[in-house]
Amino acid sequence: MTTQTRPDAMTFSVPSNPACLAVVRAAVEKLAHLAGFGEQEAGRIVLAVDEACTNIIRHQYGGRYDQRFDLEMRLDPEAGILELALRDYGPERDPSLFRGRELKDVRPGGLGLHIIREVMDEVEYSAAPGGGMVLKLSKRVRSA
Amino acid sequence: MLTINVEQRLEGAVVRLTGDVDLSASPQLRSYLKELVRAETPRIIADMGGVSYIDSSGVATLVECLQGVSRYGGRLRLAALNKRTLGVFEISRLDTVFSIHATVEEALRA
Repeated sequence: MTTQTRPDAMTFSVPSNPACLAVVRAAVEKLAHLAGFGEQEAGRIVLAVDEACTNIIRHQYGGRYDQRFDLEMRLDPEAGILELALRDYGPERDPSLFRGRELKDVRPGGLGLHIIREVMDEVEYSAAPGGGMVLKLSKRVRSA
Repeated sequence: MLTINVEQRLEGAVVRLTGDVDLSASPQLRSYLKELVRAETPRIIADMGGVSYIDSSGVATLVECLQGVSRYGGRLRLAALNKRTLGVFEISRLDTVFSIHATVEEALRA
C-alpha cells in the first residue's frame, strides 16, 4: 500500500524579472496536474497565472525588475479546488477600474485580464494590508 | 528562452520560433518582426511549430506585426501551432483574425 503526499500550500517570493516566470509556470503546471486538472486545463491555468504575474510586473511595478511579489498556491484535494493568491507591493488601486479591452477591438495588449477571467472560476482583487494589491484566484476540478 | 531564425524564401520570409514567446522574449521577437515590416516584406510566415508556450505579450507582438503588414498590403500567416498555442489565440478570440495554417508549406502556398 502506498500513501500519497500532496503539497497542500506553498508560497514563492518571485522576483519581478520576466525571466523568472518560466519557473513560476513550471510550478503552477505541476500543481495543477497534482490537483487533477487535465493537460489542456492545466495549460490554461498556467496561462492565467502567468498573465497575472505579467500584470504585476507591468502595471504595479512599471516594468522594474528589482521588485518582488508573493505567489501562494494552495490545493484542497477534498474539495477539488486549486487556490492561488498573488500579493504585490505596488500602489493600491481601485479594482473596479480594472478592465481588459473589448475583444472585437483588435489591437496589441489588454488581453491579460480577459484571459484570467475566462480561465479561472473566481477572480478577486483587493487592497493588501500595508499597501499593494492581492489577487485571489481559484479553479475547481470538474469531474469528467 | 526563445530562438528566432529568419529564412528568406522566394515566397516570403519564414520566421522560425523555438521556445517560449513570453514577456521576456516578446521584445526580441518584436524587433525581428519590426525589421521585416520596415522592409515591407510581402509575406511573413511565423513558424510556430517549436513554440512551447505563448502569452498575451507574444500574441500582442503578432497583432502588431499583422497591423504593420496590412498597412502596405502584406500578409502575416501563422503555421504549425500546437493545441496549447492555438488555445491562446482561441481564448483571445484572435483565431479568426489571423490566417492560421497546419504547416509552413501550406502557409507559403496560401
